[in-house]
Amino acid sequence: MRIKNHPILSFDTEETIEFSYNGKKLRGVEGDTIASALHASGIKKLSESIHLKRPRGFYCAIGNCASCNMVVDGVPNVRTCITPLKPGMVVNNQVGKGKVYEE
Amino acid sequence: MKNKEAVIIGAGPAGLKAAKQLLEAGAHVTIIDRNKKLGGQLVKQTHKFFGSEKQYASFRGIDILEILVQGLKPFEDRLEILNETSVVGLYKDKVVACVKHDNFFKIKAKSIIMATGASEKHLPFENNDLPGIYAAGAVQTLMNEYGVKPGDKVLMVGSGNIGLIVSYQLLQAGVDVVALVEAAPQISGYLVHASKIKRLGVDILMQTSIKRAIGKDQVEQVEIWELDEVWQGIPGTERVLGVDTVCISVGLAPLTELLMQIGADVEYIRELGGNVPRIDFRYETSIKGVYACGDVVGIEEASSAMVEGAMAGIHAAHDLGYTVEDESRKLKVLQEELKFLRSGPHAAKVRAGYTKLEVKT
Ligand SMILES: Cc1cc2nc3c(=O)[nH]c(=O)nc-3n(C[C@H](O)[C@H](O)[C@H](O)COP(=O)(O)OP(=O)(O)OC[C@H]3O[C@@H](n4cnc5c(N)ncnc54)[C@H](O)[C@@H]3O)c2cc1C
Ligand code: FES
Repeated sequence: MRIKNHPILSFDTEETIEFSYNGKKLRGVEGDTIASALHASGIKKLSESIHLKRPRGFYCAIGNCASCNMVVDGVPNVRTCITPLKPGMVVNNQVGKGKVYEE
Repeated sequence: MKNKEAVIIGAGPAGLKAAKQLLEAGAHVTIIDRNKKLGGQLVKQTHKFFGSEKQYASFRGIDILEILVQGLKPFEDRLEILNETSVVGLYKDKVVACVKHDNFFKIKAKSIIMATGASEKHLPFENNDLPGIYAAGAVQTLMNEYGVKPGDKVLMVGSGNIGLIVSYQLLQAGVDVVALVEAAPQISGYLVHASKIKRLGVDILMQTSIKRAIGKDQVEQVEIWELDEVWQGIPGTERVLGVDTVCISVGLAPLTELLMQIGADVEYIRELGGNVPRIDFRYETSIKGVYACGDVVGIEEASSAMVEGAMAGIHAAHDLGYTVEDESRKLKVLQEELKFLRSGPHAAKVRAGYTKLEVKT
C-alpha cells in the first residue's frame, strides 16, 4: 500500500530494510518507522488491549497516545510510530503490559 | 546532569522561531523533539498556506519548514538539536528529563520554552478502538511523511480545515474518500477547501455522524446516521458504508501535561481547545523563566505559532540578559501581525478564548 504516484511528493519505494515481525521476514524502505513499514505490508493490528485483548492499531502517529506499542528487540512498550526502522530489528506484537526486560 | 541555557521543547513552527530569536541575540539553544525530523506539523503539510504574506502564505508547509531550518544554519555552533528525544518529565528547578532510544538523561535549563503543540482528539462510538480508525493528522503523517496509504476507502469525520485538507490529500494519494460527515449544519473549515473536494466527488453529509464501526480485527464497514439539532442520532436514518479506514478530525487539544507537572497555572478554556497555561503578554507562564507558545497555549495555526514563538524567544533572550537588537520595534511589529492573523471571522473563537484567558495581545 505504498504511494507510487503523487502530484507533489516522491517516495523511495525500494524495500531494502529487512526486519522480522512475529517471526516473519518483512521489508521496509529507508525512512520508514516500524509502524509505517508494517502498515505498508498490510499489517494494521499492532497490539492488544491489556484487559479485553481487543486489537489495537496506531492512532496519532506522532508519539502521543501509546496505541502503537510493540515489543522491539525484546523491549516492550516501544512507540513504533516514531521509532525508525533499522535492519535486523525483531518486532513482535505486544500482549499485556509487557515484561520488564534485562539488558 | 548537563547545564544548558535556553531549552526549547518541541521543534514545530513555534519552537523553531523561538530558537531563531534566541540564537540571534547570542544565546546557547537546545531544541528537543521526539520526532526525527524538525518541523512539527509542518513536516506533513503539502498544501499551500493561508494567512499573511509575512508568515509565508501561499507557500507549502514543507517549504516553510525548509526556510525555518535554514534560518538556524548560521548559528550552528551555539545550537544543539536533540531529535528522537522525548521529554518525559519537567521539574520546578527547570530540570528536563529526557529519553532518547534506550537512554534516560536529565538536563538543567536556565530557561525553558514550551512549544509542544497539540494532540488530536478522539470521538466516542461503538468499536472506536478498531485498527483502521486513525486521527486525520496521523493519516496525513503516514501518507505525506512515509508514503504509505492508510487503506483504500475512507470515511472522514469532521469538516474543519484538517478534515477537508486531509480528504484532499487522500485523493491526491489515490485513496477513495467515500464520504465526509459533519455533525454541525455548516462546514467548519474554509469553504474553498470544501468546494475543492466536493468537485472531486466526495459526498459531504451535514448533520451526520458515525454511529459505530464494524469489523473483527480491523474496520470493514461503518454505520452512519443523521443527527437532530442537539446532535443526537435519529433512529431509522442509519446507513452502512463499506470502508476500511475512518479518519477522525474533531479538533485538537493542547499538550499541557508537562506544564501541569511543574505546577504552572493551567485553565480549561474550551475555545482554545482544552487546558492551556496562563501566560502573560510576554508569553511567560506562572513559573519564572518558563515560556509557552504555539498550539500549546491555544489551538490556532502555524502562522500564529510562528509569531508567538518569535515573541517568546525575544522575551526569553531578554530575561537571560541578552540585548535583542531593536527589541521594542520588533515586538510591536509581531503584535500587529498577530492582531491581523486573528482579525478574520474564522478567528472569532480564538479571540473569545484569549479574552477569557485575559491575555493582552
Ligand atoms: C492538516 C493540517 C492542516 C493545517 N493547515 C494549516 C494552514 O493552512 N495554515 C496554518 O497556518 N496552519 C495550519 N495548520 C496548523 C498548524 O500546523 C499548527 O497550528 C502548528 O503546527 C502549531 O505549531 P507548534 O509549533 O505550536 O506545534 P507543532 O507543529 O505541533 O510542533 C510541536 C512539536 O513538539 C514535539 N513534542 C511534543 N511533546 C513533546 C515531548 N514531550 N518531547 C519532545 N517533543 C515533543 C512534537 O513532536 C512536535 O514536533 C494545519 C494543521 C494540520 C494538522
Ligand atoms: S500511534 Fe500514538 S503513540 Fe504511536
